[in-house]
Amino acid sequence: MREIQEFTLDELRHLFSPRAQTGETMVLNMGPQHPSTHGVLRLIVELDGEIVVNCVPDIGFLHTGIEKNMEYKTYLKAEVMTDRIDYLYAIGNNLVYCLGIEKLTGLKPPPRADAIRVILTELSRIQSHLIWIGTSALDLAAMSVFLYAMREREMILDIFELVSGQRMMTTYIRPGGLWRDVPAEFEAAVRHVIDVLPKRIDEYEALLTKNYLFMDRTKGIGKIDTATCLAWNVSGPVLRATGMAHDQRKANPYSGYEQYDFDIPTQTEGDVYARYQVRVAEMRESVKIVRQALDKLPYGPVIDNNRKYVPPPRSELSVSMESLIHHFKLWTEGFTPPVGSVYTSIESPRGELGVFLESDGSPKPYRVHYRTPSIPLLQIMPILSKGHFVADLVGIIGSIDIVLGDADR
Amino acid sequence: MDESLQLAVKAISERFGASAGEFRGETTLLVPAAKIVEACLALRDEFGFDTLPVETAVDYYPKTEPRFNVVYVLYSTASHTYLNLRASVNADPAEIDTVESIYPSANWREREIWDLFGIRFKGHSDLRRLMMPPNWEGHPLRKDYPLGYEEVQYTFNYEEIQLQKPRGER
Amino acid sequence: MGIEQKAGNMGVVTTTLEQAINWSRTNSMWPMLFGLACCAIEMMGAQAPSYDMSRFGMELMRASPRQSDLMIVAGRVSQKMAPVLRNLYDMMPDPKWVIAMGDCAACGGVFNNYAVLQGVDEVVPVDVYVAGCPPRPEGLINGVILLHKKVAAEKLAAWK
Repeated sequence: MREIQEFTLDELRHLFSPRAQTGETMVLNMGPQHPSTHGVLRLIVELDGEIVVNCVPDIGFLHTGIEKNMEYKTYLKAEVMTDRIDYLYAIGNNLVYCLGIEKLTGLKPPPRADAIRVILTELSRIQSHLIWIGTSALDLAAMSVFLYAMREREMILDIFELVSGQRMMTTYIRPGGLWRDVPAEFEAAVRHVIDVLPKRIDEYEALLTKNYLFMDRTKGIGKIDTATCLAWNVSGPVLRATGMAHDQRKANPYSGYEQYDFDIPTQTEGDVYARYQVRVAEMRESVKIVRQALDKLPYGPVIDNNRKYVPPPRSELSVSMESLIHHFKLWTEGFTPPVGSVYTSIESPRGELGVFLESDGSPKPYRVHYRTPSIPLLQIMPILSKGHFVADLVGIIGSIDIVLGDADR
Repeated sequence: MDESLQLAVKAISERFGASAGEFRGETTLLVPAAKIVEACLALRDEFGFDTLPVETAVDYYPKTEPRFNVVYVLYSTASHTYLNLRASVNADPAEIDTVESIYPSANWREREIWDLFGIRFKGHSDLRRLMMPPNWEGHPLRKDYPLGYEEVQYTFNYEEIQLQKPRGER
Repeated sequence: MGIEQKAGNMGVVTTTLEQAINWSRTNSMWPMLFGLACCAIEMMGAQAPSYDMSRFGMELMRASPRQSDLMIVAGRVSQKMAPVLRNLYDMMPDPKWVIAMGDCAACGGVFNNYAVLQGVDEVVPVDVYVAGCPPRPEGLINGVILLHKKVAAEKLAAWK
């Protein structure tokens, strides 16, 4: 039977203050299974009474070996595993992987594919922020927000199911474009969702923003400043809440984001309340982007025509010999990109999500590495929680919006 | 590549003997492993590359000289440009200096590389395993480490796999 | 369990007692929060308004294993997490049941490698397996109903 392998305080003594050795401060384990629904994170906190002196995160409880496993599958089959890395922003993981392959191979998705990719990623961003607001409010004991947020989320998941058949792990975005075109009801369904959402976001704000108890528990807690954020490579809403307006969608635009008109919400305080305000404002901006993309949705093909990388449509298989050969080679052996390495990144609801792809000319990726935003967010936990009460720890973990699948891969 | 990036690449190539290459619009500098800390310091202080998004390693197993390449991707928030650095590490001893003093975010990334590849970082404050349990043997992402998969149970091999599979009891 | 010893082997009373106790067990089974990965999000979705699980008695999700009787293992179990899982299972008081939710908990799922346990039944005995990646909330509720049927069919001799 397996034994839990544990560190003794001796082995970790370089992380804690000398007072822990004498027993003046207490070293406590907030184990991998605890009521905050943020996944399997283990925090070893050093407490002086109720005040947190140091907080050491211990991760690895969700390590799935995805990067190694992807080296044993062809590029297209490995995409299935990428959904499960950051499971709250599954479409974004697919998108960054496909952007990496497209950069490596030179494929160009057509404008319709780009527009639909933007619509789906922004809806996914809204869905991720809804789960964030639901669970972090639940941690701070505002339970109705959780129930409302999950109700909205069901509407968005219905759209994903309409488009791809799956609610969360869609694998709908493929290298070169999309798997298949959207059905006819897509536009009406998305329009219904974005017409309803702004009023619902107003409801959440009515419940939380001016709520005395919520403000008391979040203002002044978990402060951080821009220089520290940049040194620790924190990006996303946490960085924007400290005052720096940096967003990958504006800095290195991808998938046609340059054509859409949206703002980057920022705050200056850098505490939990500021992050809450930034994310709620981001939800509204996402609704704006989806509306613009839907209005401008062009007609045309949804996948690139390059038969060396993209399988031909099935209707051609009975007529053309080359299509049959391409189909056969692509589905048995897979496509072979040129030798080299690329790094591509997009903006996920947590920060900069990037993929480093190295190819050696074989149909299987030689090295895939995901640069995930949750690792720097966990690294700043000691800085954020120093000097606060244990009860504030829960609010801080909620505000940084980590996903452990992201951190552990 | 644009002006500021060109200046940076030229300066680093001259001062540290690095060679530059370009692929798909990205610039990669191959820096000798002994000079990596000075190169990163120069890039951060003089050329404005203030964050380190990626630090990872690639294993070229059957080759031993060099066996690993440690890849750094630097990013400048002011000019929104990326710059890749690569440093070669031999199989034995697999060691390189840490850049933790320049970019604090490298702390956990180097722990992850130690855990999964076995490359030791000299001067690191806290080199322990990150993803695997503390007493795990081996470094999983090396190319000579097996994937560790389980045989799929079909009807013809059902019993023999069933005998070997551990089962939890009450 | 003194009452059935006193009632002895009077056939009619024992059967009705079994049904009564099984009925009370199924109607208020409290799950322990054991959401690990993506399936946890669908488990939360099953608890949420559209696919309410409280109609089946699972009103509260207790975080403490000492106060729960059902462990829904939702998500992939890695090598580091396996002993923790077993520890938590041992901490739960009898009667206890386990639902393995999702492909990763049932058989390792998409991940057939060194880091993921190929099925959570390598460490704990599982009563119901729910397939899907992630299973729809209705799928989880179906699994819960199957478990209720299994518990309703439990016999006196099987109790400890």
